[in-house]
Amino acid sequence: MTEMGIFQITFYLLILLALVVPLGGYMARVYEGKPCGLDRCFGPLERLIYRLCSIKPEQEMNWKGYLLAMLIFNILGLLAVYAIQRLQLFLPLNPQHFTNVSPDLAFNTATSFASNTNWQAYAGESTLSYFTQMSVLTVQNFLSAATGMSLLIALTRGFIRREAKTLGNFWVDLVRTVLYILLPLSFLLALILTSQGVIQNFKPYQKITLIQPITYQQTLVDSSGHSKTETRTITEQIIPMGPVASQIAIKQLGTNGGGFFNANSAHPFENPTSLSNFLELIAILLIPASFCYTFGKMVKDKRQGWAILFAMLILFIPLASAAIMAEQQGNPAFTQMGVDPTPQPHLYPAGNMEGKESRFGIVNSALWATATTAASNGSVNSMHDSYTPLGGLVPLFMMHLGEVVFGGVGSGLYGMLMLVIITVFIAGLMVGRTPEYLGKKIEPFEMKMASIAVLVMPLLVLIFTSIAVVIPMGLGSIANPGAHGFTEILYAFSSFGNNNGSAFAGLNADTPFYNILGGLAMLVGRYWIAIPTLALAGSLVRKKIIPPSPGILGTHQPLFIALLIGVTLILGALSFLPALALGPIVEHLLLWKQYGH
Amino acid sequence: MIVKETLKLLKTALMLLLLLSLITGFIYPSMITGLAQLLFPWQANGSLIKQHDKAIGSSLIGQSFNSPQYFWGRPSATTPYAYNAGSSSGSNLGPSNPDFLATIKNRVEHLQKSDPRHQRLIPVDLVTASGSGLDPDISPLAALYQVPRIAKARGLSESEVDKLIQHLINNRTLGILGEPYVNVLELNLALDDLQHRQGSYDNSTTP
Repeated sequence: MTEMGIFQITFYLLILLALVVPLGGYMARVYEGKPCGLDRCFGPLERLIYRLCSIKPEQEMNWKGYLLAMLIFNILGLLAVYAIQRLQLFLPLNPQHFTNVSPDLAFNTATSFASNTNWQAYAGESTLSYFTQMSVLTVQNFLSAATGMSLLIALTRGFIRREAKTLGNFWVDLVRTVLYILLPLSFLLALILTSQGVIQNFKPYQKITLIQPITYQQTLVDSSGHSKTETRTITEQIIPMGPVASQIAIKQLGTNGGGFFNANSAHPFENPTSLSNFLELIAILLIPASFCYTFGKMVKDKRQGWAILFAMLILFIPLASAAIMAEQQGNPAFTQMGVDPTPQPHLYPAGNMEGKESRFGIVNSALWATATTAASNGSVNSMHDSYTPLGGLVPLFMMHLGEVVFGGVGSGLYGMLMLVIITVFIAGLMVGRTPEYLGKKIEPFEMKMASIAVLVMPLLVLIFTSIAVVIPMGLGSIANPGAHGFTEILYAFSSFGNNNGSAFAGLNADTPFYNILGGLAMLVGRYWIAIPTLALAGSLVRKKIIPPSPGILGTHQPLFIALLIGVTLILGALSFLPALALGPIVEHLLLWKQYGH
Repeated sequence: MIVKETLKLLKTALMLLLLLSLITGFIYPSMITGLAQLLFPWQANGSLIKQHDKAIGSSLIGQSFNSPQYFWGRPSATTPYAYNAGSSSGSNLGPSNPDFLATIKNRVEHLQKSDPRHQRLIPVDLVTASGSGLDPDISPLAALYQVPRIAKARGLSESEVDKLIQHLINNRTLGILGEPYVNVLELNLALDDLQHRQGSYDNSTTP
């Protein structure tokens, strides 16, 4: 790795860690209902919302009530996304007169945004009206993130309350998340992003006159089936417009990732400068990382939060470094053709620049790819499909770890807490004691729920991938031949099943087969993990808290952190190594055998 | 009883969805739009560059250049033609795809042929498509690589073109973030401007 690469990673992580304590502490105050500063200006609005919706904030829910409220709210959100896409032609703010979205694509986008996946089968600038982008996509960016965050808080209450029945009020958690955390942060980020050049307007697309007109050849097929080539000259360029910054801010903060434009965060209007890139990169991991501190603070033992955050960092740093090194090494075939393989710090990034932007180069592209798949964000500032085999393996493996290295807002930490429960159980087996975590006994019911939550994802991903690779509808969408084509499909279902949303985008996923199967995978991947998590919270909250006894494994100690990392890696690797061997690993070996020196 | 409870829940959920949609989907984007138009009107409207009151490009969106007297940008994978800003896209070609490698080879050969000095190694960003297909920038090395060709085509001295590049290099933000780059459109406008001032060349012709 170049020196600049090491600097950039270190700088990034230092700034991120510096923000964890203030934001984490602030979020704990928000969820504990304590004064947080912003309640002075948003308090009246909060109470007005409760009154209009006949919500009684002091009325708490048991786990089933919490789950029901969450599901109903999510289903309504999903229906709204579907309906508005299907009707956008008849709705306002559609200056380009885009037609209604097809049913399967609308279904896919609806499940995608409701489940916080934000998989992008649509091409924003040529499919969706401003009204659709704002009224449902921006909204779901907020609401799906707030749903995940509320669930995590419910689980946290399961740990801290003793012999209780209720986990809090879903509506209150949701409203407070949106008003006090997501909105203020998005507001700030959106404004800074516009200063960098992210656009924010409601104008129709603009036309500019090109300095040098371009000619291109287009092959046309006429009515009798003959194809002929036509030369066309273009003298104008269409410049797309829209309310972009407001959506991009929440897309990064809420680990959503669905872009305004087809090229997502590689598009200069979504991510114009190295500063905008840095801030968006911080935003991707900001809330998931800060939540570790919030968790520690709420369970009244900050060391527990730090232990989890360290485990995440220890998994993140080597994987990010591996991705950067693989991309910096580049494609051996290029070097043979006479391409310059040597980076120069002030002149030239070298490496594998296919699918990457000049302003980000290798380091910021590969770091982003790792962060966006560590968190279940899924926005991309470079095209993962064109990564070197090992560079592309990193984001794929990050998803295979189950989106627990930071993970989605809320969902990442509750996923990680499932692994913590499995780890204390294994540790308990080793020493022959009843496992416990934070004073709560881990019994068969908890283990069953945690196991379901952990095993649903690999099952889903592997089964759906194997269906897609044996039927023509699945194979027909592949863009690249050989092992890489298999990786494209594996990546797609890993992304669906983990609610990530990034893609090996050569795969043509806007087909009924992928839209529908992918939509199902996103729903199962989200709710079949959320439901056992809430059930587990409901069971934990009823237990008493036993005082720590000597000789118990401290869940904040380095030994436990190591064990947790081991369990995470083994679960991910055992499930997916065979599949990875068939895809990126084979491709790497073949590529280097043919062109390496 | 259960039906009544569920209906109540449904009503709450629907009302809350409406209110939060209003706040996050309309009020929030409108406020940002208002503030952005007030504070950063040029950036919020696409960073458009104007010449004699006519927009001739966005400083953030690349344009296609292929005539020898202009700096060339990154190859672009947008369809049906390069740098189609109505349809941003990368190539998404895999590293071992034979078609992809053949494309790279063609681009390398094209550059070698266009280079009066021939034997130099090719900067990778000049033969690989960007992620958006609209990348407005190239690395400083990729600009320097093109100096001999441009100087020859325009009858300028190489040191003049060289100086122009050095002047327009954007360094890393704070010395750490991102990569150094030069904006291709800026370079080309500066080239035309330079030639215009020297008065020896009619910049409206394209060979």
